[in-house]
Amino acid sequence: MTTTISHPDNVPPVAFTQAELGWIPWLDPLTEADLTDRHWAGLVDASRSKSPYFMLLARDPEVLEARTKADKDIFYNPNGGLPRAERELSATATSRHNGCIFCASVHSRFASTHSKRRDDVQRLLDDGLGADLGERWNSVKHAAVALTDTPARFGETEIAQLRANGLDDFEVADVISTSAFFNWANRLMLSLGEPTPAQ
Amino acid sequence: MGAQHADLIDQLLSITAGSRLDQIRRHREIARDNVQKAYDALFSPQDAGAVSLLERFAIAGFVAGLHGQLGLTDHYIHRLTLLEGGPALAVIVGSETERGAVQGPYGDYPAGPLSPENKPGLHYAAAPDSRQFLGAKLSAAFEHAHLLVFRPRDASRQALQTLLDAGWSNDGIVTLSQLVAYLAFQVRLVEGLTALAASASQTTTEATFSQALAAGANS
Repeated sequence: MTTTISHPDNVPPVAFTQAELGWIPWLDPLTEADLTDRHWAGLVDASRSKSPYFMLLARDPEVLEARTKADKDIFYNPNGGLPRAERELSATATSRHNGCIFCASVHSRFASTHSKRRDDVQRLLDDGLGADLGERWNSVKHAAVALTDTPARFGETEIAQLRANGLDDFEVADVISTSAFFNWANRLMLSLGEPTPAQ
Repeated sequence: MGAQHADLIDQLLSITAGSRLDQIRRHREIARDNVQKAYDALFSPQDAGAVSLLERFAIAGFVAGLHGQLGLTDHYIHRLTLLEGGPALAVIVGSETERGAVQGPYGDYPAGPLSPENKPGLHYAAAPDSRQFLGAKLSAAFEHAHLLVFRPRDASRQALQTLLDAGWSNDGIVTLSQLVAYLAFQVRLVEGLTALAASASQTTTEATFSQALAAGANS
């Protein structure tokens, strides 16, 4: 009988943070010895074989491959659309709303790096979704949260607010896809393992 | 293979080649293609050994239904009814969706400074009659799917142990988790793009742009 992996010595973080947390799985990841060409293709970057998260997801390599390629295009494609900092803000607000401490730590750090607005990002983590981040960031945050509600309640109001803050169609589409994508990521990170404290 | 595969989101939103929504989607063409590839991998898998097609479409119908996304719910329920045993299962999916439909996200944080943000809500269990019909394995999947949809921060190692005890394998749990999480993404992409498409007729961005061009040409 297969069992989950317990981590009795781990003390998972209990608050949102921009610190560099770790993550450990509750199910056995694959090992490098298990990997076939199909799995390597699923990992996309060979270096991801060092990550227990990706090695666990490699149990379904075709889904992992498509997910990774979509992720990279949504967040890293530099061709127009939303500035990187605001894509990361959208991911952070989504993760804050769903309650994924690990995801929020990674993407709040990226938001800070790309925006140089570390204190605003920290207020979003500390004070929650009511934090006033200025009009444009508030519009991105509100839109991400509205789309993250289940059922989603993203519509005319959110789009009008984004447009009022200067976002064009491509930028609004990036708000939608970054927030939607973190509704995917949060659920994997939260349910397949647990975060570990910053070193 | 190698032929152009139809794109589900284009179909659902009636997006035609060259239209405004098509241009928006193709602005992130790798994402667009891989959102479809993930769908293909989940619903036309190379290897359905760990999770059967019947299970995949039943869970997808339940998850789309819990999100109230009508187009996707119809799609997955329709695909379910095409499978042997699907029509009877679709009836159960429908009744369980009604029983399980609430509003999220809710759930508890680890004990500490975030505890005041804890939010109570339904801890769904399949109805006894449904449970008997679905069997232990699929019932456990529905209950886990509901947890992931509405209260992902309540997820726990114990919840995975419950799946293992109900007959799920490690591979099966990864696919099940990806399926539910992908649906959480897909319903939002559809909702968001639908709203964006609707906003065109209200703001007539393109018409305004053409008028501005015309005005510029006249001056």
